[in-house]
Amino acid sequence: MQTQFVIFVFLALATLVGAAGVALSRNIFWSAMGLLSSLVGVGGLYVLLSADFVAITQLLVYIGGVLVLIIFAVMLTSQIQDINISNRSMGLLGGYLVFFVVATLLSFVAIWAPWKLTDVAPVANTTVAIGDGLLGKWLLPFEIASVLLVATLVGAIVIARKEVKSDS
Amino acid sequence: MPHLTLNHFLVVSALLFGFGILAVVTRRNAVAVLMGIELILNAANLNLVAFGRYVAGGITGQVFTLFVIVLAAAEAAVGLAIILTIYQMARNIDTSRATTLKE
Repeated sequence: MQTQFVIFVFLALATLVGAAGVALSRNIFWSAMGLLSSLVGVGGLYVLLSADFVAITQLLVYIGGVLVLIIFAVMLTSQIQDINISNRSMGLLGGYLVFFVVATLLSFVAIWAPWKLTDVAPVANTTVAIGDGLLGKWLLPFEIASVLLVATLVGAIVIARKEVKSDS
Repeated sequence: MPHLTLNHFLVVSALLFGFGILAVVTRRNAVAVLMGIELILNAANLNLVAFGRYVAGGITGQVFTLFVIVLAAAEAAVGLAIILTIYQMARNIDTSRATTLKE
């Protein structure tokens, strides 16, 4: 149990330092690296919560997909020489105010609310249970998600492609 | 050494959400705003999995998290495509200067 807590502290630090880097770093590329650290940390926290399948999905989809897309966008939209275009919009003071209000409020609610804790042991092999669930109880949302993914695929290509004018 | 409980995860998630809000509110670079949205979605996911583990039991929270991850991937793809189009039109991705529809 002691090692579990040490690992938790390590992962939480990786998550929060990365998140702070995303929010505060002046270099947009370091923000992307902070996002990487944060996503890896959250994936580790999923493992601590014995959600193995979700943790692997986090690695595959977020770090292998979304993060690579974001880094592509960073490379394509800002010249490497003057990459420091991440200037502020609201002023840091207002931003810090919003941050402290939101974080302390949510933390207090989380700590003081009388959650009804369960003592059910976590599902040991979640892949089997999730596969059964996705093809049984949650079949309709699963299919809707697949239709949405196709729509996204087509939509993203249509938005991002170069317009080709026909001669006729 | 304290025992690992639900509260630990909820506090980490609250701070993660706060940093996400901070990034969305203070950044002008559209890609950085999108990164903040990803942080917010990750905080929500962490909450879902933590509640599923300590309060609800079973895998419902994890399945919900999977759907959120799918939606986040779709949102990132479309959002970045829009950002690339704006960049090709205006040569910058400053969110406070993309006001063509307003003018």
